[in-house]
Amino acid sequence: MHLDLLTDPLVLCIMLPLLGAVLTAALPRRAVLLGSLMAVATSAAAVTLTILVWQSGTLRVALGGWDQKLAISLRADGLATALVVMANIVGLGISVYASGYFRDPERMRAFWPLWLLLWAALNGLFLAGDLFNLYVMLELLGIAAAALGALTGSRDAIAANLRYLLVGLLGSITYLLGVALLYTAHGTLDLDLVAASIAADDELFAVNAATLVLMVAGLALKAALFPLHFWLPPAHANAPAPVSAALSALVVKAAFYLILRLWLDLFAPVTGMAAAMLLALLGAAAVVWGSWRALRAERLKLLAAYSTVAQIGYLFLFLPLLAATPAGPVRDSLLAALVLMAVTHGFAKAGFFLATGLVQTNAGHDRIDDLGGTAQRLPATTFAIALSGSALIGLPPSGSFIGKWLLMQCAIETGQWWWVIVVTTGTLLAAAYVFRVLSRAFGLEPTPLRFITDARAEIPALLLALVSVAVLGLASGPLWTLLGLQAGGDA
Amino acid sequence: MTAQFLYGGAGLILFVLGLWSFLVHAPLLRKLIALNIMGGGVFHVLIAVAYRGDGVPPDPVPHALVLTGIVVAVSATALGLVLGARMQAGEREG
Amino acid sequence: MTQTSDRARQRAQARAQERARDLSLLLGVLLALLGAVLLGLYYLALDGGAAPRLAELALARLPESGVGNPVTAVLVNYRAFDTLVELAVLLAAVLGIWSLGPAPPGFQRSGAVLAGMVSWVVPLLIVASGYMLWVGGYAPGGAFQAGALLGAAGVIVRLAGDPTAGLPAEATQRWLLVLGVLVFALVGLGLMLFGAGFLTYPPKLAKWLILLIESAATIAIAAALAAAYVGGRPAPSKAAIDDYGSDSSP
Repeated sequence: MHLDLLTDPLVLCIMLPLLGAVLTAALPRRAVLLGSLMAVATSAAAVTLTILVWQSGTLRVALGGWDQKLAISLRADGLATALVVMANIVGLGISVYASGYFRDPERMRAFWPLWLLLWAALNGLFLAGDLFNLYVMLELLGIAAAALGALTGSRDAIAANLRYLLVGLLGSITYLLGVALLYTAHGTLDLDLVAASIAADDELFAVNAATLVLMVAGLALKAALFPLHFWLPPAHANAPAPVSAALSALVVKAAFYLILRLWLDLFAPVTGMAAAMLLALLGAAAVVWGSWRALRAERLKLLAAYSTVAQIGYLFLFLPLLAATPAGPVRDSLLAALVLMAVTHGFAKAGFFLATGLVQTNAGHDRIDDLGGTAQRLPATTFAIALSGSALIGLPPSGSFIGKWLLMQCAIETGQWWWVIVVTTGTLLAAAYVFRVLSRAFGLEPTPLRFITDARAEIPALLLALVSVAVLGLASGPLWTLLGLQAGGDA
Repeated sequence: MTAQFLYGGAGLILFVLGLWSFLVHAPLLRKLIALNIMGGGVFHVLIAVAYRGDGVPPDPVPHALVLTGIVVAVSATALGLVLGARMQAGEREG
Repeated sequence: MTQTSDRARQRAQARAQERARDLSLLLGVLLALLGAVLLGLYYLALDGGAAPRLAELALARLPESGVGNPVTAVLVNYRAFDTLVELAVLLAAVLGIWSLGPAPPGFQRSGAVLAGMVSWVVPLLIVASGYMLWVGGYAPGGAFQAGALLGAAGVIVRLAGDPTAGLPAEATQRWLLVLGVLVFALVGLGLMLFGAGFLTYPPKLAKWLILLIESAATIAIAAALAAAYVGGRPAPSKAAIDDYGSDSSP
């Protein structure tokens, strides 16, 4: 027996959920037990990986022992690891919640293998170091997500997820054309080697720029960047609650992560201010439009879905600021703020959707106007909604407060003051839609007898919401360390 | 190089035609076919890259990518068709 | 009165149609431009691109890969991880199809002529599939081609009236579907556990490990393709219903 501690967790983060999917698919009657075990094991591998990256920096492995050029590489740097640890903790919370959510055993058996395949694809996407492997992971993610989203079997869910599948395919085929062009121009698929080739070769600037446009356009479709977000609200609002949480908190974030990866690592010499500004303008439109639609939404899940459109928009606002800031501690801090926003939203939105699912099963509907008395009937759930809502608004001490603060600070410093208006507008609208829900939830009924009514469902929602507010806001320092930056989190 | 450009270029034209069909036509089946045509176009581009001249063995890597891509495309198409069939069945009942 | 409103509606309809036509024309022009730009860039990429790419490296390493066919070497050795994930994609699609409900009923039983032909074609496909699998080691062929042929046999069987497409009962079928990913993952992780590294085949064993993985992949691909064609969860047999009733965990 031999264990290589430095590379094994990288592989295990992807292989454990994959193995779990195989086992739960083959032994459906043991699906809950096997699935929960594999969920715990996967999260343990992810935490181990995080500790390793924290201690010794970027990890990489070329699979099969072949030359880096020929093999598929896996790599975990700070950015990837930050998202992996978020995704896996959220994934564990969703797993615990899901183990009590599905009443129909048939649906439960269908859920587990697909959910573990989705999980494997997420980790695979975050850790991949190869352009084509990323494509296969994207497709696994898209197919598993669409299948999970249609699990309720209602006509709306099937129609929404069929559209989601088709749009996702359009996005990934466009990405694949970019991969084909890059292979034609640069002769390899390894991310680092292609990046080096792009940096070294000025002659192919036009080809590289066009490939960037193709790939980012394809992925923006998957990340639901305004105006390509049209598929998201129906797909996320009609899925079962644990699936909605995974789609909104994790799957959309994976597409954004890939855009960021390409933008910062691969195409750094090609990206310009104009392109960054265009994406940020779309992001700004997403912030305003998404928040506005969330405010006008009649159903709680639709509100959460539109809020995701807005929150993804914030992340794109960082691109022109990163372009305008020279390399150094300020830029590092800005990048960390971006990651902090993404991670906080992951926790907050997962908590929000899980709590929403509980409201829906308890009340039989999720119409916001008829939520009166929810706070008395489900105090813990309402508390979770309030907590994650405050992270969505960006109230202190949540992680998104620090993220937005640094974003606005940098916007003023670089003279791009207009983003401050966008962020302020988005924050005010977010406050309005969160308080609209909370004001409806508190009725005139007597105070509750018990805080927790359904532990297995409420505790994951509460914990995820709590992480987004307290842990990420008060203890964001470790994130800076993980990203390999010197500046403290006290900016 | 000319043969390579013609073959790969035909793939690019297929990609654009597929994109046009995807955007213009509403029926699900046509959209799925359009996506498959787009995918076929990308596979053309990959196959063209593999060519290295007459009598020289082609580059095996793009060939393998295309094989993988075909299986992925078949999987996605199958799921899309069954989703579409369920939706139509639901419409007939409802 | 109604006539005027009818006419107004017709006019509005005509205008909408015209607008749609204009829009699709505009789209066509834009996409033609996109095509022209792509062609130009593609020419530049071919012209100035890194000419050797991976071909020479892939061919040079071939003797160490355990197979003689370079495409198989890429698929199951150099880039084995892609193939593993791709089998997972196929599994995800079939599980997704199953989660949408039971399969629609099959076709009516074939007549004597068709049945006679099927009883010829299906064994032929099975033999051809085995040949494809074996020949993939040193010539064009391999698990995908073999799996596709075997899957086609399943499709023909269903077309001829067997609603199960020749697949076994659900419990067994589940194992067939996961077989590819399972064997691939176990080989990969087993090698990692014994210190060789994930999916790093020792040269002496490479040929046999690859054959094992390819055989499992062939079965899984064939089962998945046939199951996808069936289009839903297999109808449970009587025994399976009793079984589920007695032991159903929540």
